[in-house]
Amino acid sequence: MSHPDFSDCRVLIDPAPPRCHASHITDGALVSVEFGIIGQQLVNGLTLGGMYALLALGYTLVYGILLMINFAHAEMFMFGAYVGLFTLQGLAQIEFFTSSGPALLLLYLLTFLIAMVATGILGVIIERFAYRPLRHAPRLAPLISAIGVSLFLQNAALLWISSRSIPFPVLFEVRTFRVAGANISSMQILIIVTTIVLMLILDTFVSRTRLGRAMRATSQDRDAAGLMGVDINRVIALTFFIGPALGGAAGIFSGMYYGNIKYNMGFIPGIKSFTAAVIGGIGNLRGAMLGGFLLGLLESLAAAYISTGYKDVIAFGILIVVLIFKPGGLLGESVTEKV
Amino acid sequence: MLRVDNIHTFYGKIEALKGISIEVNEGEIVTLIGANGAGKSTTLKTISGQLHPLHGTIEFLGETISGMPSHNVTAKQVIQVPEGRRIFPQMTVRENLDMGAFLRTDKDGVAEDMKKVLELFPRLRERLSQKGGTLSGGEQQMLAIARGMMASPKLLMLDEPSMGLAPVIVDVIFETIKRLNEAGITILLVEQNAAMALQTAHRGYVLETGSIALQGSGAELLRNEQVRKTYLGEV
Repeated sequence: MSHPDFSDCRVLIDPAPPRCHASHITDGALVSVEFGIIGQQLVNGLTLGGMYALLALGYTLVYGILLMINFAHAEMFMFGAYVGLFTLQGLAQIEFFTSSGPALLLLYLLTFLIAMVATGILGVIIERFAYRPLRHAPRLAPLISAIGVSLFLQNAALLWISSRSIPFPVLFEVRTFRVAGANISSMQILIIVTTIVLMLILDTFVSRTRLGRAMRATSQDRDAAGLMGVDINRVIALTFFIGPALGGAAGIFSGMYYGNIKYNMGFIPGIKSFTAAVIGGIGNLRGAMLGGFLLGLLESLAAAYISTGYKDVIAFGILIVVLIFKPGGLLGESVTEKV
Repeated sequence: MLRVDNIHTFYGKIEALKGISIEVNEGEIVTLIGANGAGKSTTLKTISGQLHPLHGTIEFLGETISGMPSHNVTAKQVIQVPEGRRIFPQMTVRENLDMGAFLRTDKDGVAEDMKKVLELFPRLRERLSQKGGTLSGGEQQMLAIARGMMASPKLLMLDEPSMGLAPVIVDVIFETIKRLNEAGITILLVEQNAAMALQTAHRGYVLETGSIALQGSGAELLRNEQVRKTYLGEV
């Protein structure tokens, strides 16, 4: 049983040699080889970090509003990947979608849209039935409930779909570009760019729109937000839509990148993304983005320069160091005293 | 305008309000005074929908509002300025004021009210793009009241607006309350500073352990011997 592990260097369907080890065949000079490795690992790290960041946003959004760690969030990653796979396969049956480049693009857009909406709706349902009844219970209760939801969803996928890895097809040709000794695939570019676009949309929504402002107000002072006329339950439901939708997108990226998905694929990325959210300062959106990319980069660099076996040690070691010197995380706000 | 009829509110099993009835008429300043734990804040929270009474009803302009969630009470323009200011610390002063007008759709009216509250509190105008959490206590209280004003309240409920403020600022706050009332806003004021509250208010209620012990006009209560002994510190 193998976890799809983000920072492995894997060959996709592209004919190029494995990305990580490609650099030693670079032309000549040692300097260029060195740069090749760094450049390669930076790109790999950004790809990985983008997925961490997308997933980390869900942890941080929910924590910001409910002060609760949604341990079922890792399963949104898995659920999104499965819905993405089935949607992709279903839509690909329709000849039109595979007939031309633009149609293929539309196919992928629809796949992401449907999977993200479905995962978002799942998130809202989970909140409604597993967390809302426990809103006034001691803080441990919703945490346990979340772990229960997580186990339920994993086992449901195991039972109803498959206990094995399922291949996740890629319907377009993945090209590899050679930039300064590093191999960058079009898949990586797609993942990094889409991740950044999704983050910009979220950032704009939260800082500029009326509903986004209501979300921020709710996270800063829930009762006061209610007194302003904000329907708290709606804001919480919205939060449980947005977080899982982004996590679902990350799941599809993972499927596309690694070529397969599995019922327990959310577990490791879930823990890593939660770590990323804490490094960045849990509750802080930009912190989650920063933490995700940072963790991805560090892991990739550690895998290349120290040892793949040590990459998690390095990543979590950094978490400890960050927490010792900045207990609130890198962008965490210092806790304001309430009088 | 507001009629609170025999409400009983519980915190878990503890009965915090044991049958409170109060009435606020349009254009009045009414104050609730009493010791810590008498139920003043609980009464306001029950009116604003943060708490729900187990028995009794609350009517505003003839409509029952007890049992409504707080955002629906806000929609009726019954606005509470909460105890401890509760401004949004990471939002700018301007964003805080915008939050006050969250439910309003009349853009022109909001812009006009923004102008009005900034005239009322020029200090806030200087700090519009500063984060709320960086303001001083007095400025935060002004912001909390201004934010309440942005909702265009028919009834403004102030919970301990003078708490923790320097005497000079307390005077400013009470002066503001009078001016808002003269501008036509009905006010329900909860205060521990009984002397100031009774001087400012038309009428008052004295709460003791969840019940109303006394009621009367501000002047009457100021003269009342029991009030003078218990709440005004006279021997």
